[in-house]
This record gives sequence, structure tokens and C-alpha cells, in this order.
Amino acid sequence: MVRLDPHIVRRDFPIFERRIGDKPLIYLDSAATSQKPLQVLSAVHDFYSNHNANVLRSMNTLSSEATELYEESRRKIASFIGAREDETVFTRGTTDSLNVLANSLAEKHLAKGDRVVTSILEHHSNLMPWRREVRARGGELVVVRADKDWRADIARIGEELEKGAKIVAIVHVSNVLGTTNDIKEIARKAHRHGALVVVDSAQGVPHLPVDVKELDADFLAFSGHKALGPTGIGVLYGKRELLHSLPPWQLGGGMVRSVTLDDEVIEDPPYKYEAGTPHICGVIGLAAAVDYLGSIGMDSVRKHEEDLVRYALDLFQGGDVEVYGPRDTERVCGIVSFNLRGVHPHDLSHFLDRDGIMIRAGHHCAQPLVNSLGVMAVARASFYVYNSTEDLDALRSSLGRAREALS
Amino acid sequence: MSAQDPYRERVMDHYKNPRNYGAMQKADAVAKEENLSCGDEVTFYLRANDDGTLRVQFTSASCAICRASASMLSELADGKMISEIAKLERSDVLCPFEGSLDRAREGCALLPLVALKSALSEFRKAD
Repeated sequence: MVRLDPHIVRRDFPIFERRIGDKPLIYLDSAATSQKPLQVLSAVHDFYSNHNANVLRSMNTLSSEATELYEESRRKIASFIGAREDETVFTRGTTDSLNVLANSLAEKHLAKGDRVVTSILEHHSNLMPWRREVRARGGELVVVRADKDWRADIARIGEELEKGAKIVAIVHVSNVLGTTNDIKEIARKAHRHGALVVVDSAQGVPHLPVDVKELDADFLAFSGHKALGPTGIGVLYGKRELLHSLPPWQLGGGMVRSVTLDDEVIEDPPYKYEAGTPHICGVIGLAAAVDYLGSIGMDSVRKHEEDLVRYALDLFQGGDVEVYGPRDTERVCGIVSFNLRGVHPHDLSHFLDRDGIMIRAGHHCAQPLVNSLGVMAVARASFYVYNSTEDLDALRSSLGRAREALS
Repeated sequence: MSAQDPYRERVMDHYKNPRNYGAMQKADAVAKEENLSCGDEVTFYLRANDDGTLRVQFTSASCAICRASASMLSELADGKMISEIAKLERSDVLCPFEGSLDRAREGCALLPLVALKSALSEFRKAD
């Protein structure tokens, strides 16, 4: 494993040339969205400058080039997560993936009285769609608590599976605490009881080596923009036989082989789920992003972030910062949530911004989890390949200045 | 400090030394409002003075913008007649921030106005 040098990586990200007021940009909000390297920007630029055409339709030079780029991108993205190409469906993002999937799965697999299991660690987008589906069908959503390490309580999930729960919808990595769930073990238990496992990997795939076959997830969703790629593009991985069995969620061009006035023949996956002109340049940009991550190596990305989390936890130890979540950095993925005592996180976020430091403050679209920490809002610093320990030193000293100004 | 920075001197003064601050004993009306998305809480207390004006106090567990806004609003409302307090509006509250609040932070500044107006309708109901 090659050690990642963030100072070299940063040279690929043009945004770090800009300043915030008279300060250099320090970006600690990658869990919200990541910055983009030149390689991604160039791929998108090259597509629109040289190959722009619709895909899988027209028979001309440009369309054939665009289709080849599009499908080559699918191969790369599928391979990045250990999936087959026909198991890799492009969506608008994780939220889109989870919404369409919840609806489609519920239609096929949920009946009155059936239960779906999820956890308190979920982002709203892996909670609300399931709640809507079970309510509509007279089922029940069971939300398991976190264990002492702030991971979903696997024993409780096991109990629910024994009682016949049909679906486990679970987050891979918490977007608030960075804690990583043991998906492999959850999938093993679920499959023993004939249940399906849906994984929200919005904070997983960008930061960890992920192999969907090894995890044995039935479905797994992630977004391109949190993994150095463009916004508006996401992936829904699904096991081949499951994708074949579910109904398509949108109808129209691209997802159908033939249409008569009376009937139609639907395409096979992944096209079955990609109605309309896809986000072609998004797919091409995301392929460039996974190429970039692949060239660094996901083990190196993981190790780098683990080092940063450890460094941050040491910096924050004692004094006026309260850190939430576990201290065991091996289980924490590039995210540290905290509060500066006596200072509202929104005020803190504003004051850090004066020093060119971007963080996020609030409930992070995971209100039940944040409230379970006994607070209404937390400040969150989240890291990626371009962050260095110098960024964290700057954060620490800016926290000191904010404290002086605000208390 | 940029033009977009809401933490100007007057705001910081009201945050650190809030006027009319504290829970009121024997209030005629009390109303608490919360912003569930960020956890800000503001409570306004009203009591009738002998001359028909109202005594106005507040407490808050909130960010600096919300507390400073509540303090400045309490100055506008304290010692005024019901009819004058009822006329207070959005622009009165946002004026001291001189356009420095983005959409998200406007909500922090406006929460005290919602709490004051709720307290006023409580007062009218009780009256």
C-alpha cells in the first residue's frame, strides 16, 4: 500500500487555488460533497467538446463514440465496486436510488403486516422512503438503536429477522459519526432468514474498499459527487436475479425493446431502469473519478482518513471540544462530529468560514441520530484525499479564535 | 469582516449582553417557539403595565443571531401598546442585519418574531 501524500493530491484540484477572503481554502465538508480533480473536469469537458451525442440510439460517429465512452464508464464503475455491468444501474444519486428501490421492492416483496428493519444511524433518505412504503401497505418499520460502539445493534437486527422481517435497509457508514456497520454479518443473518439487504453506501464507496460480492449486499446505493465525481449521478447496484425480477420504475425511451399499440417488450437490466436520456457526462465524469481513486488505491484512501481522524481526536482531546461517537479510529471513516462548548454550531460554522474553513453544522439530515446524542445540532468536519494534518491544525486554532469571539 | 458577515458589533453586543432577558414571574402570556432543524428555542413573556403598555422579556437557548435578534426585538416591543407590537414585522427584525443574512440564517433571526407574535395572541386570548 502506497502512502497517500495530500500535498501532491491537492495539485490535481483547481479549487484549492482560490482564496476565501484573504485566506487559503480549507475544505472539511467532503461528506456533503467532495471537490473534483482536473481528471474529472477534463473528462466532462472532453465529452462535450469532442464526442457529445445521445447514447444507445442514433447510428452515427458521434453517437457511437458517446455510447462507447458511456459503456466503458459503466465497466469501470461496476468493476470499482466488484459488480457486473448489468448489475450497475445509473440513477441521480443515493437518495434517488433508495427512493425508487424502496417503492419497487415494496410493491414486489411487502404485504400487510410485513416488517422492514432499519437503524437510528440512517440518513433521512434511508428512513423516510421505507416508512412511507410500510405505512401504505399496513406494515411496520422497526428502527434499531446503536450499540455501545455507535454501530447498528446487530443482535436486535437478528431478533427482528427471526421474527420474519423481510428487508433490512442499513447505512454502510454513518454520515454523522463515521462509524462503519458490519454489512457482511448483517447480510449473512438476513439471508439465513430469507430477507433482503439494502445498503446506503453514500459515505462508504467513496472512502472504503467496497466489493459488493464480498459484502453480499442485495442492493447498494452511492452518489458520484461524494466520490470526486459530478453531481446528479449515482449508482444502484442490485443482484442480477433481483434486478430481473423487479418492475421498471419509469417507462419511456431507452428501457424498452419494442412497443406496439397494445403492448411492449421491456429491456433487460441495467437499461430496464434507465428510462430517458441518461446523465452521460455524469457517468463519464464518475468513471474518471473512480479511475483517480483507483490510481491512489482505496486502501491508501482509507488509511489516510484513519490517520486524519486519529490526529483530529488527539487535537480535540480535553478542553472545550466535545466529540461525539467512538474513539476507536479503526471503525471511524473520515468524519468527526463535535461541538465547541457554549457555542452554537451554526455560529461556529460562520466563524470558521472567516478563516477560510468550510465545515457543516446542523442535524446532517439524520435528525433522530443527532437528537439521540442529546443535542439538536453538531459541527462536522469530514475529510478526503486532499486534506492534511495542517488543515486540522488550522481548524484547531480557528476554534480557539471562535471561542474567544463568541463566549 | 465582509459585508456578508452578520456578526457585526451591534449584533455581538446584543448577543453578549441581551436586553430584557430572563424568565418573567407572573407573566400574563408566555410563548415558546423552536426551530426544529437547528435547535434554536426562544420564549417571549408579556405582562400588562398599569398604563396599558406591555412589559416584554425573553429567554433563549439558541445561536448568536437568534439571541441578538430577540434582544433587539424586545427593545422594539417593550413598553409599547398591543397595537404597536402587533405591527412589528419581518423588515423590523431583519433591518439591523443590513442584508448580511443568507436564507438559512434569516430563519434564526425571524424565530423571535414568531415567538413574540404567539405570545401576543396568547395575551389577547387571556385578556
